[in-house]
Amino acid sequence: MADGYRQIVTDGLWHNNQGLVALLGLCPLLAVSNTLVNGLGLGLATTAVLALSNVSVSLIRNWVRPEIRLPVFVLIIASFVTTVELVMNAYFHDLYKTLGIFIPLIVTNCTIIGRAEAFASRNPVPRALVDGLAMGIGFTLVLIVLGGMRELIGQGTLFDGAQLMFGDIARSWRLSLGEDYPGMLIAILPPGAFMGLGLLIAFKHLIDRRLSRPRSTEVTGAETSAA
Amino acid sequence: MPDQQTTQLPVSPSAVPRRRGANTVAVLISGVLLGLFGVLGAGLVGISHDGTAERIAANQREALLQQLRVLVPADAIDNDMLSDVTEVAAPEQFGAPLTRVYRGRRAGQPVAVVLSPVVTQGYSGSIALIVAILADGRLAGVRVLAHHETPGLGDKIEIERTDWVLGFDGRALGDPPLSAWKVKRDGGVFDQFTGATVTPRAVVRGVKGALEYFNEHAEQLFAAPAIEEAAHG
Repeated sequence: MADGYRQIVTDGLWHNNQGLVALLGLCPLLAVSNTLVNGLGLGLATTAVLALSNVSVSLIRNWVRPEIRLPVFVLIIASFVTTVELVMNAYFHDLYKTLGIFIPLIVTNCTIIGRAEAFASRNPVPRALVDGLAMGIGFTLVLIVLGGMRELIGQGTLFDGAQLMFGDIARSWRLSLGEDYPGMLIAILPPGAFMGLGLLIAFKHLIDRRLSRPRSTEVTGAETSAA
Repeated sequence: MPDQQTTQLPVSPSAVPRRRGANTVAVLISGVLLGLFGVLGAGLVGISHDGTAERIAANQREALLQQLRVLVPADAIDNDMLSDVTEVAAPEQFGAPLTRVYRGRRAGQPVAVVLSPVVTQGYSGSIALIVAILADGRLAGVRVLAHHETPGLGDKIEIERTDWVLGFDGRALGDPPLSAWKVKRDGGVFDQFTGATVTPRAVVRGVKGALEYFNEHAEQLFAAPAIEEAAHG
């Protein structure tokens, strides 16, 4: 049983990462990853919705007839997204303003209905919950890395705007490459998002290839390393 | 495959061939179930709305109040600007059919108004401003509330990015002269940004429009009765 959970977690974080492998939810992924904090905020909101919707779908999986399962899933997801949106508006008002339209757009993130259909509707509640959390955290990590990359290259800072999420203490977390960093606009604009994601996917493939290579041949194999 | 470990989909009754009557029953059950989930979903949203509405309203009020306080210091006035509000219909200057005007007074005497023009000639879409004008016609300050300008270029109008917007402080319609209420490239006194002239040009135009409106209507603006706030939260 423990092995089953281990696989759910590694699938979510790595092997079937929704951002890097399944390539789902690209619209919010690309649009909101312009700073690390924005990425983290959207990632956590998505994770919350994913966990809640997976659990509810799993709870009702034996009652819902197959022919109405999709509308029911959509209803569930939409309700949870609205709830998360209201809670963020109430407790993280500034972050809510920064993320703007992308909170309601979590509804359209295919990851969520994808996991409901492919996993939660066929698995008991605990497994569905773990799957939702793992998939959500995997997606969040991609958002954080991509957001951090774009922020660092684009405006030469990290953790800019952390106070929106963590309060005034976080103002001092902001790292800067120096005030005279010229900035690189393309990293912040949409093309930078595509390039950054492309690089991340390539990097993941590189690591996978290294890992799958048998230990004994590693030394000789290194010469024919992948482009 | 990611989900090899999944268990089997529960066998549903609809998978078995059925007679006509049974079909109708199945459709009915599906309909009722769907309706039930609709009610549940709406209930969830309703409950969370009830639980958060008050806090959200307080947040919005606080955010607005902070903006107003930056422009009109709390010790300059002794009234609550958020409840001393009137509405004006001047779509030409303010870009909306009805615009709220917040008024600050001290001992009943007018001190300042805060106008919120929306200029539509930004580089990409409209730019929402708040413009605070002192009773003598000088600018207490200008801030950009919302915009869609290019990051790194047009967004220098934000106070978080550069001090550009502070260049309006203390200005009035005669200072600089009316003909110089433009960006430098157009022969005026306000800086533009390298690579972005359209954005500052639009902001200057919006501020100037607000000042012109104030000069013509100052008395009415202060004299108009306050509207009821409660309905807007």
